[in-house]
Amino acid sequence: MSTVQTGGTHKSHSPKIYILGYLLSLVLTAISFVLALTHSMHVGPLIVLLTILGALQIFVQLFFFMHITEGDGPPFHSVLLLLGLIFTFAVALMSVWIMAFGTNVSY
Amino acid sequence: MPTALKHFADTYLMWNEGYLIWISDALIVLTVIGIVGALTYLKKWRWLWDNWLTTVDHKKIGIMYLIAALLMFFRGGVDALLLRTQLAQPGEHFLDAEHYDQIFTTHGTIMILFMAMPFLFALFNIVVPLQIGARDVAFPYLNAISFWLFFFGAMLFNLSFVFGGSPDAGWTSYPPLTELGFDPGPGENYYLLGVQISGIGSIATGINFIATILKMRAPGMKLMRMPLFTWSTLGSCLIIIFAFPALSVSLALLMLDRVVGTHFFTMMHGGNPMMFINLFWVWGHPEVYIVVLPAFGVYSEVVATFTRKRIFGYSSMVASLMLITVISYFVWAHHFFTMGAGADVNTFFAVASMAVGIPTGVKVFNWLFTMFRGRIRVTLPMLWTLGFIPNFAIGGATGVMLAAAPGDYQYHNSYFLIAHFHQMLIGGVVNGMLAGMYYWWPKMFGFRLNERLGKWAFWIFNIGFYICFLPQYALGFEGMQRRMYTYPTDMGWGSLNFVSTIGAYLMGVGFLFIVWQVLYSLFHMERDTTGDPWDARTLEWSLPSPVPHYNFAVIPTITERDVWWAAKQRGTTDLLTPSAEDIQAIHMPKNSGRPFLMGFAFFVAGFGFVFNWYILAVIGLAGVALCMILRALEDQDEYVIPVEEVRETESALGRL
Repeated sequence: MSTVQTGGTHKSHSPKIYILGYLLSLVLTAISFVLALTHSMHVGPLIVLLTILGALQIFVQLFFFMHITEGDGPPFHSVLLLLGLIFTFAVALMSVWIMAFGTNVSY
Repeated sequence: MPTALKHFADTYLMWNEGYLIWISDALIVLTVIGIVGALTYLKKWRWLWDNWLTTVDHKKIGIMYLIAALLMFFRGGVDALLLRTQLAQPGEHFLDAEHYDQIFTTHGTIMILFMAMPFLFALFNIVVPLQIGARDVAFPYLNAISFWLFFFGAMLFNLSFVFGGSPDAGWTSYPPLTELGFDPGPGENYYLLGVQISGIGSIATGINFIATILKMRAPGMKLMRMPLFTWSTLGSCLIIIFAFPALSVSLALLMLDRVVGTHFFTMMHGGNPMMFINLFWVWGHPEVYIVVLPAFGVYSEVVATFTRKRIFGYSSMVASLMLITVISYFVWAHHFFTMGAGADVNTFFAVASMAVGIPTGVKVFNWLFTMFRGRIRVTLPMLWTLGFIPNFAIGGATGVMLAAAPGDYQYHNSYFLIAHFHQMLIGGVVNGMLAGMYYWWPKMFGFRLNERLGKWAFWIFNIGFYICFLPQYALGFEGMQRRMYTYPTDMGWGSLNFVSTIGAYLMGVGFLFIVWQVLYSLFHMERDTTGDPWDARTLEWSLPSPVPHYNFAVIPTITERDVWWAAKQRGTTDLLTPSAEDIQAIHMPKNSGRPFLMGFAFFVAGFGFVFNWYILAVIGLAGVALCMILRALEDQDEYVIPVEEVRETESALGRL
């Protein structure tokens, strides 16, 4: 490695994949926003649905923009991704748990 | 017209608020005149721009971080002395309640975000590429952007003191107090925007160093051969990229509440202020580990070097670093046990908080076992490391007391807590950062700092530390709450507070000794001609001090852990120094003024949002966008250092 690394072998992508990814993420966001705004569902199922939509959003980011299936060398990113997913869901779900203020348990 | 002027002076310059503002104004004007005058007189503007403001060299960026951190240490320290002066006696009138609030807010924010963070970024930048055998970080241009975002974020925050008013809701900035209805001034906006802008830079630094450590290691530098400081940087950066987004989101939502009129954290319309507290600590607790892990890394390097032994239990050190990284994510609710989230929540987070103590304990014992039967050389870095251990033991013990949720109902937000976290953050982080600064100072600048003055600084600062904070544990038990600006005589807190204030001033004197030490050493230099003044172990000491800007003329091949020490033992150091025929032309990134300009554009945008001057905000954001577009269109961002030039530099350093 005699040079400062500024890139590698980049596969070129057609812009189609980015536009599709962008539209998908917009649609997913819009669905969650409308669901939260209109109070059309009960809170319990709503939280489940929003979590699923959030997870889909993550996959759109990973596959359409971050190209996680490409690249060479040791797969460090899979460990980091796993860690990231654990943290993300821990923070989101444990926040729900904390902010329920014990309404979900009986003493 | 004079009334308009008076209105401006009273509203924005706050000249009706007394002499502290006037003194600050005068000092700022004098400093600016001094800097501008000196640069013009010495014709150094060009030099400043070419060598520093536009640099993408990780070593220079590190030095700029270091200077900024020391300046912010001074500002935060002055804030601390003002607070302690106000509390020295019961019923004091040195500061009024509002000024006291502003000063504890700026003290906390500056110390953690604008002193501790840049200090550790300084060490990351200077040390990590040298330790792993790289020529720069993975993204040098992004690294410069990170620095300038931090710098201008910090400037924006500091500007609040003399223009418009400081934030006054504590460094944690809890709503609903920070909502527009209760805190209308620009101060809180300064906090939100200053921290937000520098936070973007921090995330970028995290990404940069993870990529550097995973991708830029020299051949043979396997993960388990990396020095422990590099491991601790990896852990710290992992926490940064997963924790800082939580801060960005919570600050952005609060900003929306204040600027656009949303109701995320209000008391009405379905808002919930507790959600901010939750989100803030999702970042806030990991932040503590962000700043302390690199300090652990420094201690590991220093202990091994100055006992002339390899570190005891390397793999357990790595394992405990990574364990702390992961567990630090599952403890945040211990900052608000008293919120009433329920016994099950509190139990989980109490147990998780205590669990962090286990890997931390492993580390402390490993350092002690490394020292055991070693031949300890008590130099400045080692002295600060030795000072850290009793500090950390006391701080850790009180930490476990606080982690016990039922007990926390007693200690919560009392001076017991204040004493605990200062013991961790000063005894753990500041000691570590100063040890690191002394340890790598010869590598950065090519000379050593005066040992005698440094020892004075150490002893005064540390004795001052105990005098300042041990009484505060007792004050906490006696019922003194944090953030109270004064207290009546009959509470009986007067004498302990007075002792504590004496300690704070001693720490201030200790800091002045460090300043004196640096200035003295500048004029009475003990030059380091060997590149290895401490007889150290890791790769960075195989380079000359200061390091040439391409770092390694030939990238070395790493064969084992502590490679430089092993080479010295075997007498094979020439394998790690370049030979003339191996030298090839080196590609380096070009300097660029754009990171600086982009930071400035962020500053303009932030300033616009602080006062709701949206035209200014739009101009600033347009500047940011322009910088990004220009960067995207750039295709020549590297240059080549020819072989002859590398050979000349190396032989001038006596290495060929």
